[in-house]
Amino acid sequence: MARFGMVIDTARCVGCMDCVVACQTENDVPTGFCRDWITTEVRGTFPTLTMEIRSERCNHCDNPPCVQCCPTGASHVEPFGKTVQVTANRCIGCKACIASCPYDARFVHPKGYVDKCTFCLHRTKEGKDPACVSVCPTHCMYFGDLDDPQSTVSQLLTARKWHTLLPEAGTRPRVFYLT
Amino acid sequence: MNALSRRRFLKISAATFGAGAAATQIPPLTHLAHAAAAPGEVTTVPTFCEMCFWRCAGFASVRDGKVWKFEGNPIDPQSRGRLCPRGSGAPGAINDPDRLRTPLIRTGERGKEAWKTATWDEALTHVAERMQKIKGEHGPESIAMLYHGIGVRFIQHVLKSYGCINMAGASFAQCRGPRDVGFNLTFGQGLGSPEPTDIENTDCLVLIGSHLGENMHNLQVQEFSNAVARRIPIIVVDPRYSVAASKAKYWLPIKPGTDLALLLAWMNVLVTEGWYDRTFVAEHGLGFDKFVEEIKSATPEWAAAETGLDPALIRKTARELSLRRPASLIHPGRRVNWYGDDAQRSRAIALLNALLGNWGRRGGIHIQNGIKVAGYPLPKYPERTKPYADNPNGEKYPFADEQVTTGIREATITGQPYPIKGWFVYSSNIIQALPNRAETVKAIDSLDLLVVVDTVPSEIAGYADVVLPESVFLERHDELQIGWGRRGWVSLRQPVVAPPHEQKPGWWIAKQLANKLGMPEVMPFNDIEEYLKARIEKSGWDWAKFKAEGVILGEKKPTTVEEGVQLAFDTPSGKVEFWSQQLKDKGFDPVPKYTKHEEPPAGHFRLITGRAPVHTFSRTQTNTLLGDLMRDNEVWVNTATAAQIGLKNGAYVQLKNQDGIVSNKVRVKATQRIRPDTVYMVYGFGHTNPALKSAYQRGASVAGLTTKYKTDPLMGGTSIHSNFVTFMVEA
Repeated sequence: MARFGMVIDTARCVGCMDCVVACQTENDVPTGFCRDWITTEVRGTFPTLTMEIRSERCNHCDNPPCVQCCPTGASHVEPFGKTVQVTANRCIGCKACIASCPYDARFVHPKGYVDKCTFCLHRTKEGKDPACVSVCPTHCMYFGDLDDPQSTVSQLLTARKWHTLLPEAGTRPRVFYLT
Repeated sequence: MNALSRRRFLKISAATFGAGAAATQIPPLTHLAHAAAAPGEVTTVPTFCEMCFWRCAGFASVRDGKVWKFEGNPIDPQSRGRLCPRGSGAPGAINDPDRLRTPLIRTGERGKEAWKTATWDEALTHVAERMQKIKGEHGPESIAMLYHGIGVRFIQHVLKSYGCINMAGASFAQCRGPRDVGFNLTFGQGLGSPEPTDIENTDCLVLIGSHLGENMHNLQVQEFSNAVARRIPIIVVDPRYSVAASKAKYWLPIKPGTDLALLLAWMNVLVTEGWYDRTFVAEHGLGFDKFVEEIKSATPEWAAAETGLDPALIRKTARELSLRRPASLIHPGRRVNWYGDDAQRSRAIALLNALLGNWGRRGGIHIQNGIKVAGYPLPKYPERTKPYADNPNGEKYPFADEQVTTGIREATITGQPYPIKGWFVYSSNIIQALPNRAETVKAIDSLDLLVVVDTVPSEIAGYADVVLPESVFLERHDELQIGWGRRGWVSLRQPVVAPPHEQKPGWWIAKQLANKLGMPEVMPFNDIEEYLKARIEKSGWDWAKFKAEGVILGEKKPTTVEEGVQLAFDTPSGKVEFWSQQLKDKGFDPVPKYTKHEEPPAGHFRLITGRAPVHTFSRTQTNTLLGDLMRDNEVWVNTATAAQIGLKNGAYVQLKNQDGIVSNKVRVKATQRIRPDTVYMVYGFGHTNPALKSAYQRGASVAGLTTKYKTDPLMGGTSIHSNFVTFMVEA
């Protein structure tokens, strides 16, 4: 079974937020919330600067603290693609997962359950890319099976320099940023 | 001035409620392109986008009678199947709670904030009566039009048929006009939209103030991203560390207002070092020796003193450019009205491209191809008997090849060469689009009729006598989009859902107006589908297929010399004019000359402006999806400057310009990403119409602070980087 991951080329990304809008329409994310977002990190002093722009979301960690702390099993690892998912009708809204997530990827949906990026499970089950990946005008995002050495994501991680977010948290995140 | 304009905002929102009873006696609209679907079932309808003027084609998905999402059409050359955030956010325009709902007629005097809701019949009767009165007293030329967007097509057609001749879009004098004039003077051709820049294949790219990535002209951003991935040298000239600058090999943080000095110095280096394209110049150039004479003194050392850039860096970047010619491209820019000498600066960009010999070359400026679409037989317009009011006989702005909005505004104020008594404003918030709001308000004061057609209660709608609510693009048909590019193309706009209230499409408004004006023959079709279908079928294409696919591509033809194009230049000499006799004859510099621009007074900073990827001008701030992503703009201030004058990151301040105009409050973004002598804000914010509830007084308006402007003597463009501001920290 596949182990889905995302590889995002920060060199290509312009931070336009198309990924954010596309996620909101695709997944009917309520106004005022988002499952993905843009972070801009500037280093240096004028005029010697560097900047990294990242499209961020749930990292679908291999070692997900949100799943481990969930008292009801609502947060779980889905067998399909080994992604981290929330079963809305098992969620009691205790927010333990929100507290445990080092990426601040989760929020309480106005309907009372915890919500976050699903890697567009409904699309990936149909063999499509997640909405953010499929709309990105800069083609900066790649999605695929990290366990398949022939997949684009695996190939990119072999060929290019990359980093993940907060590797020190020990969560083994599966969203990778090419630099 | 702010107080004056605020006083005049009209409470449109209040008037729009309870208007459901406003019945219409009009033929039904064309039914929707998709059939009724079962609950939860998704159907898709192709149409093209109007969230900006790039006009990408896409597919709208409809679920349970509502537009769920809007995605790119893979065969569309403008989007290549991927829309920008504004396109993806198009469903948010439908759901915008602040939309105009019914026609409105102002009651009492202008400025009394009193409206009544009206039926379309009442509103259009009112408009037609006043038009007839103006025509009777002054002639039809005294009704002018200011517009932006393809939806204007039929309203404009009806006005032209009526004898109106004064029609201008801010897209010329407040945007790309100076560039098109500068290129036309040099190569005999303007660039239009989309710009024929072969970024996809270039080996060296220069962006001067162009902030691709923040400015989301879709195809260009896609090609730019590919260029970054190809790791070609990119040179970005910008006082601000833009997103594009962060991807560049060289960032030249130039002092604003001095770009022409840099351009002349680059040309000087290319010529002095013999790095220019001698073959191209010998074969196609005219007046090269005189040109060389003119730029002789523009050394990098001279330019360094003006621009604040290291002369060695100027030489080094000139070398980069020359090494990769002809696949070396200076992007011509788009919104280039900065300092009032912009046509000449754009001409310098054209000349620099000419020195690189990139015209019609792979990786340079490619040749555009169009597509032939049959016309629809429409009656001829009456012959023009009066001069255009904005630029009578071309005497005011000799090189303007389109009409000038601010020229029409001036003619309205002065009554010269003849009175202008009526304005039709179509989908262009000229309160923010034109410089110096007080002049716009003054012009409006002398009007007998101001009609505004818009989708939202824009600031200009607040001044209208009659407001006509248009349906948003996902709810309407429009004229065909006929595009020029590497390949020509045609795309179709068709309604995906029905408008939620009394909103109507532009073509329908035009048809009813034509009837009211007693000239039904100028709109000789019952329904726009009849018109569109006739054009498509007469061109030999299948209407049903077009309706299903949304885009027809033109024939593939060569776009570069490499592919077999023979170069030809439509200048008076048939050559690339390095030295311009045309300019000389009209008393202008035949080769661009650098003049120093005014410096900010002590304690002031130059205010420059640009775009954010999620907004288009002042049109999208209340879009439910896009407004949520960026509610306010911020004022960018260099971190060191902010510390010096005691501004805290995130704190609210007000800006005061050199004329004492005070902005709305705006948050400080203290950042290393800008020069210490410059401040930056995204434009389109600081809305002053309370009817735009979610955008009202959010952020500060760049346009509001643009009281001082210079007018380009060549073509009438108005500068927007010519104001200086100081900070008023909130107590």
